[in-house]
Amino acid sequence: MKRNTITLQNKKTSLFTESCQRIWANPGARVGVIILAVIVILCVFAPVFAPYGVNDMDLANMYKGPSREHIFGTDGMGRDLFSRILYGGRYSLALGICAAFVGSGVGAVIGSVAGYFGKRTETLIMRFMDIWSSIPGMLLCILISATLGSGFVNTVIALAVGNVPTGVRLIRGQILSERSREYLEAAESINCSKLSIMFRHLFPNVISPVIVDATMGIGMNITMAASLSFIGLGVQPPTPEWGAMLADARAHILTYPYLIMFPGIVIALTVLAINLIGDGLRDAMDPKLRK
Amino acid sequence: MALLEVQDLKKYFKVPAGINHAVDGVSFAIEKGETLGVVGESGCGKSTLGRTIIRLQEATEGTIRLDGEDITHVSGKKLRDVREKMQIVFQDPYSSLNPRLRIESTIMEPLKNSGRFKGKGELQDEANRLMELVGIDERLRQAYPHELDGGRRQRVGIARALALNPKFIVCDEPVSALDVSIQAQVLNLLMDLQEKTDIAYMFVTHDLSVVRHISNHICVMYLGQMVEKAPTEELFERTMHPYTRALLSAIPSTDIDRPMERVQLKGEITSPINPAPGCRFAARCPYATQACREPQQLREVTSGHFVSCCRAQELG
Repeated sequence: MKRNTITLQNKKTSLFTESCQRIWANPGARVGVIILAVIVILCVFAPVFAPYGVNDMDLANMYKGPSREHIFGTDGMGRDLFSRILYGGRYSLALGICAAFVGSGVGAVIGSVAGYFGKRTETLIMRFMDIWSSIPGMLLCILISATLGSGFVNTVIALAVGNVPTGVRLIRGQILSERSREYLEAAESINCSKLSIMFRHLFPNVISPVIVDATMGIGMNITMAASLSFIGLGVQPPTPEWGAMLADARAHILTYPYLIMFPGIVIALTVLAINLIGDGLRDAMDPKLRK
Repeated sequence: MALLEVQDLKKYFKVPAGINHAVDGVSFAIEKGETLGVVGESGCGKSTLGRTIIRLQEATEGTIRLDGEDITHVSGKKLRDVREKMQIVFQDPYSSLNPRLRIESTIMEPLKNSGRFKGKGELQDEANRLMELVGIDERLRQAYPHELDGGRRQRVGIARALALNPKFIVCDEPVSALDVSIQAQVLNLLMDLQEKTDIAYMFVTHDLSVVRHISNHICVMYLGQMVEKAPTEELFERTMHPYTRALLSAIPSTDIDRPMERVQLKGEITSPINPAPGCRFAARCPYATQACREPQQLREVTSGHFVSCCRAQELG
């Protein structure tokens, strides 16, 4: 503690860098960060790493198992599975990340309003959230996706909606425990506006569990997006989304199992990596560890 | 004309069991450069009184005048102006500073909100002046509150309150969370500042030795009501109210020649929810009679010494 105080006073360490350092110090989270970094880099720079074009068909080489030319094999139209997984990762990752952060972000804003204003506003919002979360997540997702139609943005909305109530509950609970603290009264007494009290004072102090929840949610949303594509909603073929690839392959699960194995492994690996990071993040942001 | 005049101030809270009379008809005045000590046990409404006066809570009844102007129900721009003149220093320096704001940002915030300072340079200069005024080392500018000890944190809280040169500060038990050596430093700082700037304090505390040291006048509260008010020495020399007497007898003494006479109160503090008319202390008062069941008036017994006890003089 003492040594820490001295080093911290001399250089400007933000809480963000502090948290990052603490994540890196956690072995599980470090593995997660490495796996995810590899996957993200491969997907983002797919044109560089992919040996074939995403929709290049080679009808002479359909259903070829893994070989030197096609390391993950080819599908029923002779398209290279490895390349498609790389391109597909762009959609899956983007869907997962956007949906998780949009959902939790919207939830956080609504939750802050509920927690800060209290009374009737809070009752109204919380009862509405009860109704909202009483509808099974997958059902709600299918419903919205079917109503709005396919496409990236619509799928993000469909996925995000399911994440809102958790965000609202989390942040409201945090605010209830933080609301009695005197720095909020102090902010009021020095003429901070309501908005400034909410977003400059209250928000940064209650947001960490929501960030953790959103990070953990990315994995869940990737699987959710895959499920949507699997049943034919969400991103449409020939867009190479991971779930859509699984759906395409399900007819050949016995004859060409590698078609379902590779996308499945990549999904599992990504979700695992994200969950490891989420766990590390939760520990890193624990106020009890901060000092 | 007094700087701050409080007339018959009441603050009631609706609770499921009825109405909590947290502050019930308190009146006093504070002159420029003076300190009024407010003492009483936990839950007697001292903090609520302070918060109501600086308009963090809305008064139920009564008037608050600052510089002769009624500020009890002002709002909007007017309220913002009023708040620049009245500030508060909180009890717990561990919860009164935003843990995510650097010391400098915390001190600059009231300056920014006032809109009086143009540009970053001016803000910076003013923040530096304030930090020097309250004795915070300049190297701590970029530190976060959790890196400071309680005394330094409280200095930051004081700097924030002083930022816009208020005329009146409510000190809500500003030293009770600090250890004794640091208590003295902070008290001396507050008294130095008063000498320099002629600021008025309302000093809320339950520490009687502190209040004697710092106040010009003392008012004693019991269950939301003021039971006795007098200049400090007068109160200690000629204690009138049985409650005050019990309170003062609890001060530890180092004088072995004077035998300690401790008045021990029996029973619990009665509930402030829907209290019965009459003296609220009667249930625990060793001298209570039938007359104490009648509503009590705050009477001026000797010049400047007010007491709300019908038997004060005969007991005196």
